[in-house]
Amino acid sequence: MAIQLDSIRPEERFASGRTLGPTSRRHRYRAARLIIRRVIGAFFSLCAVVVFNFFLFRVVSGDPARSAARNRHLSAEGVAHLREQWGLDKSKWEQFTTYVGHLLHGDLGTTFIGSQPVSSVIRDAFWPTILLVGTSTVLSTIIGTWIGIKGAWERGTPFDRVSNGTSLTLYAMPVFWLGIVLLMLFAGNQVGLGIFPTGGIADADVDTSSPAGWVNVLQHLFLPCLTLTLAYLAQYSLIMRSSMLEEMGQEYLTTARAKGLRDTVVRQRHVVPNALLPAFTLIFLNFGFVISGAVTVEYVFSWHGLGWLTQDAVSALDYNLLQGLFLVFSASVILFNLIADLSLGLLDPRVREV
Amino acid sequence: MSLLETKDLWVTYRTSEGDMPAVRGVSLTVDSGQTLGVAGESGCGKSTLIAAVLRLLPKSTKVTGQVLLDGEDILTMNWRELRAVRWAQASIVFQGCMSSLNPVQRVSKQIAEPILLHEKIGEKKAMARVGELFEQVGIPASRMHNYPHQFSGGQKQRIMVAMALACKPRLILADEPTTALDVMVQAQVLMLMSDLVRDLELGLILISHDLSVLGQTCNRAAVMYAGKIVEEGPSAVVFGAPAHPYSSALAAAFPTIGDQRFRYAPSGLGGDPPHPDDLPSGCTFHPRCPVAREECSTVDVELWPVDSGHRAACVLVRDQERALA
Amino acid sequence: MTAQSEAAAPIRSARAIVWTRRSAAFKRAFKLFWSETEGKVGLLLLLFFIAVALLTPIIVGPDALSVTKAQGQPYQPPSLDYPLGTDQFGRSVLSLIMWGSRVSLIVGFAAAAIAMFIGTVVGVVSGHFGGWTDTVLMRIDDWMLTIPFLPLAIVLATILPRGILNIIGVIGIVSWPGTARIIRSQTLAVKSRPYLERARALGAGNLHQMSKHILPNVMPLVLANTTLTIAGAILTESALAFLGLSDPLRISWGSTLDSAFNNGAVSQEAWWYLLPPGIAIVLVVLAFTWIGHALETVLNPRLKER
Repeated sequence: MAIQLDSIRPEERFASGRTLGPTSRRHRYRAARLIIRRVIGAFFSLCAVVVFNFFLFRVVSGDPARSAARNRHLSAEGVAHLREQWGLDKSKWEQFTTYVGHLLHGDLGTTFIGSQPVSSVIRDAFWPTILLVGTSTVLSTIIGTWIGIKGAWERGTPFDRVSNGTSLTLYAMPVFWLGIVLLMLFAGNQVGLGIFPTGGIADADVDTSSPAGWVNVLQHLFLPCLTLTLAYLAQYSLIMRSSMLEEMGQEYLTTARAKGLRDTVVRQRHVVPNALLPAFTLIFLNFGFVISGAVTVEYVFSWHGLGWLTQDAVSALDYNLLQGLFLVFSASVILFNLIADLSLGLLDPRVREV
Repeated sequence: MSLLETKDLWVTYRTSEGDMPAVRGVSLTVDSGQTLGVAGESGCGKSTLIAAVLRLLPKSTKVTGQVLLDGEDILTMNWRELRAVRWAQASIVFQGCMSSLNPVQRVSKQIAEPILLHEKIGEKKAMARVGELFEQVGIPASRMHNYPHQFSGGQKQRIMVAMALACKPRLILADEPTTALDVMVQAQVLMLMSDLVRDLELGLILISHDLSVLGQTCNRAAVMYAGKIVEEGPSAVVFGAPAHPYSSALAAAFPTIGDQRFRYAPSGLGGDPPHPDDLPSGCTFHPRCPVAREECSTVDVELWPVDSGHRAACVLVRDQERALA
Repeated sequence: MTAQSEAAAPIRSARAIVWTRRSAAFKRAFKLFWSETEGKVGLLLLLFFIAVALLTPIIVGPDALSVTKAQGQPYQPPSLDYPLGTDQFGRSVLSLIMWGSRVSLIVGFAAAAIAMFIGTVVGVVSGHFGGWTDTVLMRIDDWMLTIPFLPLAIVLATILPRGILNIIGVIGIVSWPGTARIIRSQTLAVKSRPYLERARALGAGNLHQMSKHILPNVMPLVLANTTLTIAGAILTESALAFLGLSDPLRISWGSTLDSAFNNGAVSQEAWWYLLPPGIAIVLVVLAFTWIGHALETVLNPRLKER
């Protein structure tokens, strides 16, 4: 497949950023296979979670009907009726297939308290959690990454020492305790500043779809968001700093400086992009940490999201609700890990080859 | 005027355990079209020497003396002048097999980077030059947009050479360019470098612990031990008829294939090179020297002429010189 | 094992030689560790808390926990009699903190021990045997890592009856996957070293290789990782206790916070009740983190630059 190179002007010959020839098609084929393989892997993880979930709640925990009965004060007949209604008298395998069947229809069962469909209860609590966790994650990623980069680049300076020490301390705190401290500080009237509300998503009489309502929600959002942002920020800045320091020891940086590049250019063009890769993966893979933080913080601030719902389910021993929540949590982490995996493949040319 | 001249160059690392002198009073010259080889064991200060020339050492390092490139002292330049010198006047060929190339950037972009920085040409022209450089070092230009991990060790080393030539420098410093390569590839890279020196009238400083490499490629050679030059002269003489005991030991450690003597008597030198923060008094080589005398532990000799253009730092040479005088 | 002899020294068994070498290495490592400020402060802080935990029954009797025998007024701010004020029952908060240290530390240590044990066994076996064993174990490990740890711990703690042993078990089960990964990669690094090949050539069986060669070389890393696992376990215990999932009969720092939060301490602005448990947790976790950092630096001097 000889190409007549001499007839093409040198500038044109070398201007393209892609490799010439049939290799690009092969690469695309391999990339598609990689994506499919990862998606299938994620699917299997999800299936394993479903099985595990069933195993925990039906097999390990004993009799769900009895636990439910505890809350509803049913007689022995009532318990038996419930058992029959839920198909608990059938074999475990039959129960499992019924469970999966329901799952595929989006039916997660009914709550023990209030007998509402679990799926709609979860759906109602979904967006508050997205709002809280989403805002916190975005803010903490941006700020935390910036702090980590600056701290590593100016290693040993007061900025680095203070930021690193603060991050370590924040990371050592129970997230919910940080929430309580901030609550007292900002919402309390005697000791605190009293400028923020003490809990809930919005005041009871406010219409949350109006602009005034949004402001009210934001007011309520401020403290829990601040808590989570600080907690995540600590972790992200530590990860980024560590990744930067690792990258800064690499030899190609000496090459870059030897070429006459200014220090800031070396940092922007060479260190940061390379350091972002492993940091980015770690951050995504730590999504479980994000969710765990949300659970306790929502409880502290009575933020009616999935986390708050979890605590509700725990105190009421509402197994159906808990089972549904656990499934949602696990599924979201699996999804995020998949996104992380695929994104890394997109960004790191070394991984693309594998 | 020489292309590069170092005068009494001292490089001291500052660590939490105290000062560690890595280069102690090195004075070298290299002219255009000339190749100087610097030999020595690991830790003798060769790499530090090269890094010092372009001021690539960490800020805490103390560098004194003079490094004159075409008469101008690099050590006293301000940052702007220094950055202009880097790569455009003098460049370094690092060990390409190690991570001297940014693994997530295309090679073409990395070679074009200094070109775009130092010259006012557009990206298209820069890429054209990258293609020519590739051809010059013997790699098909069609591969220039690949990533570093897609090349073999030998190819990466040649890419480093191509990159070093990107801004048409007058001086090239090569730090162990062939160490991780196998013998055949090594020969190719060395031949490439000799040809370039000859064709482009470059000055080349070649660092290696492998004397055979230096003997092949360099017209002059210097032997370093514990941060000092202990012998320098024409490479054939320094390696063939060394005057300093260390150079002899170094040369003797390289077996001649086919020579029966080397079969049964490995002639390595016992002991290790001294650690920079724990240097022996007097001549730093005296603990390992097979012909050390009493005064060697107190007297540290300067480089004494053995022949024209050939000097060695040993009391034996000094005495011989005095005897002849 | 053949006995070795030196020119003038008395004949010693190989075991004795290994012991001398190991104890010398340990002394060197400890000196290095002690020279790191982080390690020193961390260790001293930890010893302080352990001392408090051990001595509490003697210094502060169990009566301090009794609700009926409480002598103070509810929600009293700090005073000379009650350095950290009182809780909603009038009990001294300082005593609560001191008693709480016992459970918090015990759960931390025990849960981490379980996690380290399982993680080390899985990691070493997986790394040593490779092949199917490795694939299967690592798939399980991967999968467990994708499950968010607190929801899992909450679920497990909810369906199991409340009790300190169950809490320890739950935290241990949730924490082992991370350890297994690290131990496995270290095992793989050790596996390629020549003395292992030599041992195999001499006829060493799998168990011997794993216990006598791989394990001692993996141990330092295990140790450094353990401190960080303990820190994590303490934080997890506090979260579980705060949500009401810990042993109702025992008091820990987390359960103190739960008690405070749910009995109006926030609206009472009883900062003396709400701050100390958290501060105690932070100090202990920092202590373990510092110790872990110092250990890592001792093992890998390159990290010293950080």
